Amino acid sequence: MKNFENNILILFAHPALQNSRVNRHLIKYITDLDGVTFHDIYEAYPDFHINVKREQNLLLENDIIVFHHPLFWFSVPAILREWMDLVLQHMWAYGKTGNALKGKILFNVVTTGGRESLFQHDGIHGNTLVEFLAPIRQSAYVCEMDFLPPFIVHGTRNITQQEITSHGEDYQKIILSLRDGKVDLEAAKLHQRLNSDLKSIIKT
Amino acid sequence: MQGDGFFFQAFVYLSAAVISVPVAKRLGLGSVLGYLIAGFAIGPFGFHLIGEEGQDVMHFAEFGVVMMLFLIGLELRPSLLWRLRGPILGMGGLQVGLTTAAITSVGIFFGLSFQSALAVGMTLSLSSTAIVLQTLNEKGLMKTDAGQSAFSVLLFQDIAVIPMLAIMPILAVKTVKTIQEAGDSHGGNTTWVEGFSGWTQALMVAGVIAFIIIGGLFLIRPFFRYVAKTRLRELFTAAALLLVIGISLLMAKVGLSPALGTFLAGVVLANSEYRHELEGDIEPFKGLLLGLFFIAVGASIDFGLITAKPGLIGMLVVGLVTIKLVVLLVIGIIFKFRHDQNVLFAFSLAQGGEFAFVLFSFAVQNHVVSNTVANPLIGAVAISMALTPLALIINDKLIQPRFGTHENEEKEADSIDEKNPVIIAGFGNFGSIVGRLLRANDVGITVLEHDSDRVELLRKLGLKVFYGDASRQDLLHAAGAEKARVLILAFNDHQKTLDMVHMARKHYPHLTIFTRSSGRTEVFDLLDEGVHHTYRETFDTSLKVGIDALTTLGFRAYQAQRATKTFRQHDVEATDILRHVRHDKKNFISLSRQRIEDLEQLMLSELRDTEDHLDTGWDISHVMKEFGGKSQGEDN
Repeated sequence: MKNFENNILILFAHPALQNSRVNRHLIKYITDLDGVTFHDIYEAYPDFHINVKREQNLLLENDIIVFHHPLFWFSVPAILREWMDLVLQHMWAYGKTGNALKGKILFNVVTTGGRESLFQHDGIHGNTLVEFLAPIRQSAYVCEMDFLPPFIVHGTRNITQQEITSHGEDYQKIILSLRDGKVDLEAAKLHQRLNSDLKSIIKT
Repeated sequence: MQGDGFFFQAFVYLSAAVISVPVAKRLGLGSVLGYLIAGFAIGPFGFHLIGEEGQDVMHFAEFGVVMMLFLIGLELRPSLLWRLRGPILGMGGLQVGLTTAAITSVGIFFGLSFQSALAVGMTLSLSSTAIVLQTLNEKGLMKTDAGQSAFSVLLFQDIAVIPMLAIMPILAVKTVKTIQEAGDSHGGNTTWVEGFSGWTQALMVAGVIAFIIIGGLFLIRPFFRYVAKTRLRELFTAAALLLVIGISLLMAKVGLSPALGTFLAGVVLANSEYRHELEGDIEPFKGLLLGLFFIAVGASIDFGLITAKPGLIGMLVVGLVTIKLVVLLVIGIIFKFRHDQNVLFAFSLAQGGEFAFVLFSFAVQNHVVSNTVANPLIGAVAISMALTPLALIINDKLIQPRFGTHENEEKEADSIDEKNPVIIAGFGNFGSIVGRLLRANDVGITVLEHDSDRVELLRKLGLKVFYGDASRQDLLHAAGAEKARVLILAFNDHQKTLDMVHMARKHYPHLTIFTRSSGRTEVFDLLDEGVHHTYRETFDTSLKVGIDALTTLGFRAYQAQRATKTFRQHDVEATDILRHVRHDKKNFISLSRQRIEDLEQLMLSELRDTEDHLDTGWDISHVMKEFGGKSQGEDN
């Protein structure tokens, strides 16, 4: 019963959404879309007791996997890491017979408190955000997944409501385009971030 | 005869035991030697407080041996017994056969007729079940290879007594008595099988054994369930004694050893839920009677004869023990024991047994052996029995250290296998959840439950549940409290919980105790008693309701979870503080006022600590203050 080119699973992880204005707004744009499953894992597993079978089935049902999370200590929130440890099992996600995720697409949707200028080689953090995502990219490689550049919202501490709305609309646009197979993946991979120039990667 | 009736005798026996056994134990001699010394002290050659009636007492006290075999049977599941069939038949058969042959030869060499020599040989091949098992148990050696082998041999000997009693009259020059008349030394004088042909007798014996097995499987359990429903502890004890005595009588009636019959009944009941309760009920009787038996043995040692012919008796003892030792060591080599185990095995069994008294008197009655031969031998047997605990001490202190090994360490895992690490008392809603969780994770549990209906139901569901009042020390002992590590009290009776905690702390201080309780005041009592972990039974459930209420109101699930956990931690800490505060004024205010004050203190301390409750890890308002930002208190 596949109505769309790609089914999308958004794994959302935020331990204190009540404190995050940006993410509360961002998720509004993608929670009620056909063909898109929004999965709030801190809400689903407040005690961290992740149901591995259920998560694996969700992955099998979808073609594109999105890790949507804030950047905490230059990495993913704790439950997402736990999720990876438990769900991406040997002989299932990787290893000789582990090819359940082969050919699927993975990318991150990341919000950062710091401005983009901090995430430069000459900035305070000394690396770009893409570089900080190296563990995720390598995990995708090991699972034989196609890894796309991240959708990034920098500087959330000083963001205006207008900017949030604009990011939200972009988020919705890229998700819908991916769902309908209208994104030029090879073109997208040439960018540092998925949302740097949507027009150039979305086919009409 | 010095006795002023029954009470005076009882007084003498009991005081001898109470004085001498603790001293013997303190000196590391073990209780058996203590009883024997006590017997000697009050006997005709000691203070002469008891006279010839010691013999009658011994016959009565032999019932202790019967009870001991019943208890051993309870410990032996049929499957375990079946596994031991090799050692029982192999080692037991060899031991009895070789020893009989060796002693018979020696007897013939010293001029006895073949018949007499054979009777003596058979009689002396037996060892003392009572002394050996009691001593090995006390030293914790029953689970070693040597202990298990010794037990197998003893079991074979107990069975071998039956054919021996049958052979004796045949050896007699002139047959005067039937087997059964002397065969049952424990009660009624006539048997049902008397006068029937051999085939009929055999059939009747088989019938009685079948009756015991089938009855044990299908009748005894409903019977105990019926008795248990009365919830009268003494009635259950009465029923247990009734069972043992009934079987003894029945066995005596068909001319079999009562010990064997009760042993059989014990094995049949080893898998039943009443096993531990039965053990607890019979154990004190067994202990007392066995003690009495040892005292009687000590009292019956004929020092007149020994002092008259010290050389002869000494040689007999040395000869008897040497022959038995050599045979046992050879068996140990054949069965490839390790050296230390072989020596222990040989030292434990190298004595004459209590059956020798019976068999010799029977042989004399049948004119197989003359009194002049039998009496010195009986003296030698008694001395060899008395020497056994000493021999084992010598083995323990002088010989074993040379092997560099003490206990058989490989056996360790086995014993853990048999005794579960967790005992759960009370298997209602509360205990059953704990128990199921542990079992689901392969942790063995022993369950004690006082509701016989529930016991029945749970057993139908395939659980291992035993019937019994858990607050009894003997039951806890039978349930393996010495080897267990955790005791969980899951029944809903505060006073009983307190009593049991008190008892367990006193007798089994190594156990980690978990208890449930209804409220904070009860928790305080239990903590004061030294409980390690105590749980308010509604606490976590109430908190769960709190979490669900919070999420229903729109809180993030993870936020609700953390808030609740913080609250929980806070409550636990406050409870601990309250416990000490409470102690100071415990005596001044009533319980209800206490509760209100406790609550008040708790609420106040919560208000004080609200600041600490906040999760600041993901709250970046502080970060904003330092690095700047537009919004207040939220972002990222």
